[in-house]
Amino acid sequence: MAARIRIRGGRLVDPRHGVDAQRDLYLADGRVVAVGAAPEGFAADRTIEAAGLVVAPGLVDLAARLREPGFEYKATLESEMLAAVAGGVTSLACPPDTDPPLDEPGLVEMLTRRARSLNLARVYPVGALTAKLEGERLTEMAELAEHGCVAFSQANAPITDTQVLWRALQYAATFGFAVWLRPEDAHLARNGVAHDGAFATRLGLPGIPAIAETVAVGTILELVRATGTRVHLCRLSSADGVALVRAAKRAGLPVTCDVAVHHLHLSDLDIGYFDSHARVVPPFRGGRDRDALRAGVADGTIDAVCSDHTPVDEDAKQTPFGESEPGATGLELLLPLALKWGEEAHLPLAAALAAVTGSPARVLGIDGGHLGVGAPGDVCVFDPAAHFRVAAGTLRSQGKNTPYLGYELAGVVRYTLVRGDVRYEAAGERG
Amino acid sequence: MSANPQLDANGALAHLLTLEGLPRAIILHILDTAASFVSVAEREVKKVPLLRGISVFNLFFESSTRTRTTFEIAAKRLSADVINLNIGTSSTSKGESLLDTVDNLSAMQADMFVVRHAQSGAAHLIARHAGAHQHVINAGDGRHAHPTQGLLDAYTIRHYKKDFTALSVAIVGDILHSRVARSLVHALNILGTPDVRVVGPQTLLPAGVESLGVRVFHDMRKGLAGADVVVMLRLQNERMRGPLLPSAQEFNKYYGLTPDKLALARPDAIVMHPGPMNRGVEIDSAVADGAQSVILPQVTFGIAVRMAVMSILGGS
Amino acid sequence: MQLPDAEALCADLARQLRAHVTPETGMVGIHTGGAWLAERLHRALALALPLGTLDISFYRDDYRTTGLHKSVRASRIPFDVGGRHLLLVDDVLYTGRTVRAAMNELFDYGRPESIRLVALVDRGERELPICPQFVGTALGVPGGSMLRLGRDAGGRLALRLDA
Repeated sequence: MAARIRIRGGRLVDPRHGVDAQRDLYLADGRVVAVGAAPEGFAADRTIEAAGLVVAPGLVDLAARLREPGFEYKATLESEMLAAVAGGVTSLACPPDTDPPLDEPGLVEMLTRRARSLNLARVYPVGALTAKLEGERLTEMAELAEHGCVAFSQANAPITDTQVLWRALQYAATFGFAVWLRPEDAHLARNGVAHDGAFATRLGLPGIPAIAETVAVGTILELVRATGTRVHLCRLSSADGVALVRAAKRAGLPVTCDVAVHHLHLSDLDIGYFDSHARVVPPFRGGRDRDALRAGVADGTIDAVCSDHTPVDEDAKQTPFGESEPGATGLELLLPLALKWGEEAHLPLAAALAAVTGSPARVLGIDGGHLGVGAPGDVCVFDPAAHFRVAAGTLRSQGKNTPYLGYELAGVVRYTLVRGDVRYEAAGERG
Repeated sequence: MSANPQLDANGALAHLLTLEGLPRAIILHILDTAASFVSVAEREVKKVPLLRGISVFNLFFESSTRTRTTFEIAAKRLSADVINLNIGTSSTSKGESLLDTVDNLSAMQADMFVVRHAQSGAAHLIARHAGAHQHVINAGDGRHAHPTQGLLDAYTIRHYKKDFTALSVAIVGDILHSRVARSLVHALNILGTPDVRVVGPQTLLPAGVESLGVRVFHDMRKGLAGADVVVMLRLQNERMRGPLLPSAQEFNKYYGLTPDKLALARPDAIVMHPGPMNRGVEIDSAVADGAQSVILPQVTFGIAVRMAVMSILGGS
Repeated sequence: MQLPDAEALCADLARQLRAHVTPETGMVGIHTGGAWLAERLHRALALALPLGTLDISFYRDDYRTTGLHKSVRASRIPFDVGGRHLLLVDDVLYTGRTVRAAMNELFDYGRPESIRLVALVDRGERELPICPQFVGTALGVPGGSMLRLGRDAGGRLALRLDA
């Protein structure tokens, strides 16, 4: 039985309920039981003093690779689940690109059981859309859903055969499942390692053109129109891609989409002198694209901002840029980078937080990402003014790979509560 | 972006990785020094004692006997000890990482690495990893840079045309994959060449190539009109037929340098090629062996330029 | 301090040398001051063979500590060195290291029959066993300062002392 906890004196920001004021929060039995005044007879087992801190819904991350099973040398479930709560993330969806991929119920069950036993963040597995992610045979989606898969995806693996994609969407639609697709035409992206533009030309890096994204978005949108499948587009990267989604939403298609938080800040220029930490998928594109992504989140075209957390071992980054493994660690940077975006875009704090709490919860179809009475007791208490230095020693994730190494970022998580319990507490801070 | 990784704290050359962003004075110093080495090659003893005791490791992850040989001759004429390693066929195929290889060679007291690699940025990676007293010379990384080739091209142009500030230079062929083209464009821009043109079909021109400071031509006849220098690029065999080009014959017809196309350039135009040539593809024999060709002097100058680079790095 | 007149020293050197040159004598000046001096001596002695010049940058023994000189000129010996009597000309003879480097370089052109050393000023303090055969004057100069030969627009030679 979870303890009764009072979070006192903080600035409560709950975007879904339009709250941004100093309010106390009361949790019991793993849920929010009151906001503002204590319920009758509430005797707190613990009081967290939150004066000067922001009390927000726990973050919901639509893409965090936990690297189990198969890649334990890059990260373990334990290390990454600790990284999640240290970053204020209380719910996360994990893509199916494990080894083996999440294409069998047994694998999904093992993952969810292991995750539950760690009792940290909530884990929502996204099942493989095709067997071994090979883009050929459908997985047993209905069976996988019964074992906890919340959606189906190819992660970064392509389906090059459009007929297979069409059939996969039809099959998913039959059961009402959502399909998450990262839009990229595999042929157009072939051999590419950076955004196909002037900077890649200067560095002599093979390019991935923006049309690799727009051609795929176009194909997917037509298939959605034909099948009615709920599709979530993952990791948009280009201005033209955002424009296509905006038009599709206006036309009433059942699509949602997300962007990785680092794409709101960085562009191809951040590759600098071949910094392999800036090698991500999709690639960082031009400044115009980055601006369009920011505008897309601000106007709601882009539903959610995720970390696209991808721990990579240092050996796989200490190679020439084109041979390095793509991806960046992100669970612990999601909050500070979302705050940084909100501040730079002159948005209210609630708007920046909505993109990493309530909005992704809606995409995921879970009750969460808000702090109304009865909501799950998933809370992130952070100091918006405190800074920290991004360094190998300050990151709990086993992956130290991020283009932000050495940066000072604002927004330090003090407490993370999951299911009404304190699951993370910053050292030296006692409530 | 961090400081220029090829300059030391005093702004002196510590590595030669790319010509992009190099101060004009450093490029001129290399070219001037190379001129002195050209005369060394004409003596009875073609060797100077400058790099005695220095170990130069030729690290070729991509095989190129030709380029490796010119670096080897250059190092030997400077009295350095030269060790040739064709890594393409040894350690990395056994799973050893690039940086492990470099660490191993550093333990053998390597003073200078000459690096050729199929991946853009490989020389930067090694330079970042190298010890404080080690120097890295990029001998070609992917599509990115081939700075000593760019320098020898600039040397050749200066030798025949004296001044860069009134020249039209046309670079023709596979710009997309060419580190030679990129390095020469940077050199020409830094040296003040007002008109640098790239000529090729759209499939062989990289995205945003104009941003390098060049004018783009798809019609070779227009691209060569009035040019003082024509640089033909090598077309790799595997690219002659496929999604980029239909055939070597069609490429030769529209983008190969033939006597009639060369006649559109200035009458005193020189013809350059980094080698090895595909005769009858990007260049006809009548031009390659003709009076305007300076392709063989390029090779001679290449050794002097590499000696200059090594002697400037070795003493820094 | 009062420096001697370079023009007078140069004329004196030419007088000293006159009896020792033949139509076969080769003269080589060391860049930069030595080459200027050699140019004057070569003209004064009306030597038959063209003048040679050496830039000893590639032979310096301090390369590993000070690096390559900022401006390197091509050495040019427009006659066959092998079997020939040579006059090697420098402006100021000091430690002897420049002369050593120059002799090493000369031998890479061939094996001379003999080399005799000509210097406008010998400031002593040799660090190598090198001895000039023809000297304009001997002159003590405070350690740490640099005695150099200069040439003005009109071609006049003059010594100067830099701290």
